[in-house]
Amino acid sequence: MSNAAAEPIETSLPRARIDWIPLILVPVLAIATLPLVGNVSAWVTLTVAGLAMGMMIFLMASGLTLVFGLMDIINFGHGVFISLGAYATLLVLGPLAGWASADSIGLNLALLVLCIAAAMGLTAVVGVVFERVIVRPVYGNHLKQILVTMGGLIVAEQAIHAIWGASPIPVPVPETLRGAFVIGDIVMERYRVVAIGIGLLVFFAMQVLLNRTRIGLLIRAGVENPEMVEALGYRIRRLFVSVFVAGSALAGLGGVMWAFYRQTLTAGMGMEVMVLVFIVIIIGGLGSVGGCFVGSVLVALMANYVGFLAPKLALVSNILVMALVLIWRPQGLFPVARR
Amino acid sequence: MTRSSAPARSFTETRIRRGPSSWLLSSDTPRSWALSLILIVIVTCLAAAPFLFSGSQPLSTAAKICVFVLLVASYDLLLGYTGIVSFAHTMFFGIGGYGIAIALERLGPSWESVAVGLVAALALSAVLAAVIGLLSLRVRAIFFSMITLAVASAVAVLASQLSAITGGEDGLSFQLPAELRPAFRPFAEPILGLAINGRILAYYMIFITAAVLFLVLLRVVNSPFGRVLQAIRENEFRAEALGYRVVAYRTAASVISAMAATVAGALLALWLRYNGPDTTLSFSIMIDILLMVVIGGMGTLYGAIIGAALFVLAQSYLQVLMGAGSQTLSGIPILPDLVHPDRWLLWLGLLFIVSVYAFPGGIVGHLRKRGRSHELG
Amino acid sequence: MAKGIDEPLLRLEGVHTHIGPYHILHGVYCEVPNGELTMLLGRNGAGKTTMLRTIMGLWRASSGSIHFDGRDITALPSPDIARSGIAYVPEAMAIFSDLTVRENIVLAARNGPVHSSRLDWMFGLFPALKRFWNLPAGHLSGGQKQMLAIARAIAEPRRLLLVDEPTKGLAPVMIHSMIEAFRALKAAGETILLVEQNFHAASQLGDNVIVMDDGLIVHSGAMSDLVADKALQQRLLGLSLDSHQ
Repeated sequence: MSNAAAEPIETSLPRARIDWIPLILVPVLAIATLPLVGNVSAWVTLTVAGLAMGMMIFLMASGLTLVFGLMDIINFGHGVFISLGAYATLLVLGPLAGWASADSIGLNLALLVLCIAAAMGLTAVVGVVFERVIVRPVYGNHLKQILVTMGGLIVAEQAIHAIWGASPIPVPVPETLRGAFVIGDIVMERYRVVAIGIGLLVFFAMQVLLNRTRIGLLIRAGVENPEMVEALGYRIRRLFVSVFVAGSALAGLGGVMWAFYRQTLTAGMGMEVMVLVFIVIIIGGLGSVGGCFVGSVLVALMANYVGFLAPKLALVSNILVMALVLIWRPQGLFPVARR
Repeated sequence: MTRSSAPARSFTETRIRRGPSSWLLSSDTPRSWALSLILIVIVTCLAAAPFLFSGSQPLSTAAKICVFVLLVASYDLLLGYTGIVSFAHTMFFGIGGYGIAIALERLGPSWESVAVGLVAALALSAVLAAVIGLLSLRVRAIFFSMITLAVASAVAVLASQLSAITGGEDGLSFQLPAELRPAFRPFAEPILGLAINGRILAYYMIFITAAVLFLVLLRVVNSPFGRVLQAIRENEFRAEALGYRVVAYRTAASVISAMAATVAGALLALWLRYNGPDTTLSFSIMIDILLMVVIGGMGTLYGAIIGAALFVLAQSYLQVLMGAGSQTLSGIPILPDLVHPDRWLLWLGLLFIVSVYAFPGGIVGHLRKRGRSHELG
Repeated sequence: MAKGIDEPLLRLEGVHTHIGPYHILHGVYCEVPNGELTMLLGRNGAGKTTMLRTIMGLWRASSGSIHFDGRDITALPSPDIARSGIAYVPEAMAIFSDLTVRENIVLAARNGPVHSSRLDWMFGLFPALKRFWNLPAGHLSGGQKQMLAIARAIAEPRRLLLVDEPTKGLAPVMIHSMIEAFRALKAAGETILLVEQNFHAASQLGDNVIVMDDGLIVHSGAMSDLVADKALQQRLLGLSLDSHQ
């Protein structure tokens, strides 16, 4: 047995290489724009706004990218969960309107947490149904997947109209989350800071889950090679359904944050932001959570800076970022090794 | 793997009937009595619309059907025949509309302006379609769909931002050449009891253009080129192995499809005397196109006629019907909301999902299958 | 069967497999006896990989039956087949390159942490794994990845190992240590079905041999008989060996 140990040539230690370049992009972009903006306080405001938006996009996109990685399925109806999450706030804001207008940070935050809980609960339940009815029958057929999930989107948007009415609904931001923190001449909107906090919290929770738990290992392994995970004796289907539902709930959470950010609800708000979500997961590399995070922040910062420097180009800047990234790395910032 | 036998794909449909009508339809006849009957009714109604119906509303509906038949047929060339899901089709539709609108607004209401606008729009569409195709058709279907969605939304935003050129959110209203205005009377006497005016001429211009281009598309899908597209759709790798340059064929299909959509957009703008983001560029029109293609039947251009007719009629008249239903159901909870006139899209959405699952050939596929089983039985 | 108690661990009866339009296995009958190393030989495209994947349930048998340990596993989903005690090392190794060596092994051990004595045994077989324990598996060399893939299959005791061409593409020195590793596994009493192109290597290891061609079993028996019968070797393997050595 011992002679199996003979291994004469391969003694050199392979070095672990972390792919730093995409990670450096974000600070480089932020610092490079500082002289262009030319005003520190405006730059901070823009950066905070960009980070907040980036976190919200990340919340909405992370589930989608994992679902794709695991089962090679893209849900074009993912935006429904964003809209649903946003509308779920009404379930809480209706009976607890007093908590929103109360000048108490405790009540306000409790309200926000309840809204998030309601949204995640509702979107998780709808996610189970959506996976079962819409997605499951079309595994392995991309054309039908795209069509049928679009169909799900149409029906769900119409259902929102039927339940909550077709006209936009205003959403009040809880009292103490309005306004801004002012430090010297630097102004940071409170709600944006909260959004950044929640986004970072979710990102780190996901990192811990993916890197420190068996479920997380299975998800990462499944993204890389679902078949081998099955051959090791794990039921990938069950894993996939959980990830689909979790991704839907995260989109619901993103929807709540997005709703308070826009302060208006429309059934189409999810689909509108989906364009950004798709750009972000393409940039990040389909299936990569880290890439999705970097991509979200990159796109949102870019949109805010460009919006300040050249407003007309703001909404096209995303496409520009996507094109540049794809020219540099056709598989996205962090390509996921598959099979 | 040596024993494996490739399944023989029959590209050659049975071509028994010949004659002028068969030639016109590129030997791709409806192949079902029910389908033929429905198509004849629709086409006859469209051809004789000004004589059959009075008032401007039915004529507008008919014109819209003609435009959408062309638009949906051109989309089906991509989706049904080539197996590409693009969300950028409305972009080309919009380019056509804006081409006409900008040219007529800037250069004045003349036929030269129409020609300049149309040619410029066609050229832009062809270049854009070729660029998108060459850059992204080598990637996987999902990737392509997402990229086209992003590009199309960027163009829609751009159109509403560049208000100096496009009129922004308000869009552009413009004057038509004199011959297409309601005041124009080519004939002194009424024909078949109808006083012909420029509006009716405009309708026939749209009808004939749409019909001719539809027949051209029918020819394209039944040409050797169209057969290669279908071979690629069925098995990309085999087509590649047989020596067909897949990207080149797909790009060519994208360009043809984009140009047809551009013409459709131009026709719509000419009919409305207006073009704006909501009439041609919006994502909801993209969804409408998907509904029409899938419900009518993917991979068969006749589906475009049925899908477009059904959808536009539903859009215009189903709401009236549902309004009545909602009235009668009032008092029962939720149900009146579900058949509320504004919820017609909900039901078409459900029909869409059912179509994708149960009737991949849509209405046309279903009728043809029934027709065949009748012949056998 | 004839041997009474020595019921084969794995038995395929009339297995046909289609992949899309391709008919690959044309009625495979074969047996893998318990506690022995069975070599599966045959030229490229003979259907060896398909046979392993069909046993694993990764491709479905369109007809015929597969019995493992007296139980019909033909229609079981892959995870259940794996849980019944079969480990699979595919040709492409299929290690999870984003995960560390340790995480790869952790996932393979479904019933909790690997026992330290077993871990030492695995490190004895494949020392590189110990050295690169916390390194992403993607950074390993081809041979080390192959060793990780095999280690993953034996992280917990399994009844049967299916191993697809472990020496493919390896340097001669690595092939040698791989053969030694299999000799050690065999000595430890593992039941192994091993696909191999290299007859020289196969003849040193195998107790039994199965030869496939064109989706059928064309020969099966003791390895020693095949080694002794040059004419039979020539007839069964002549072509395949010429083209691979």
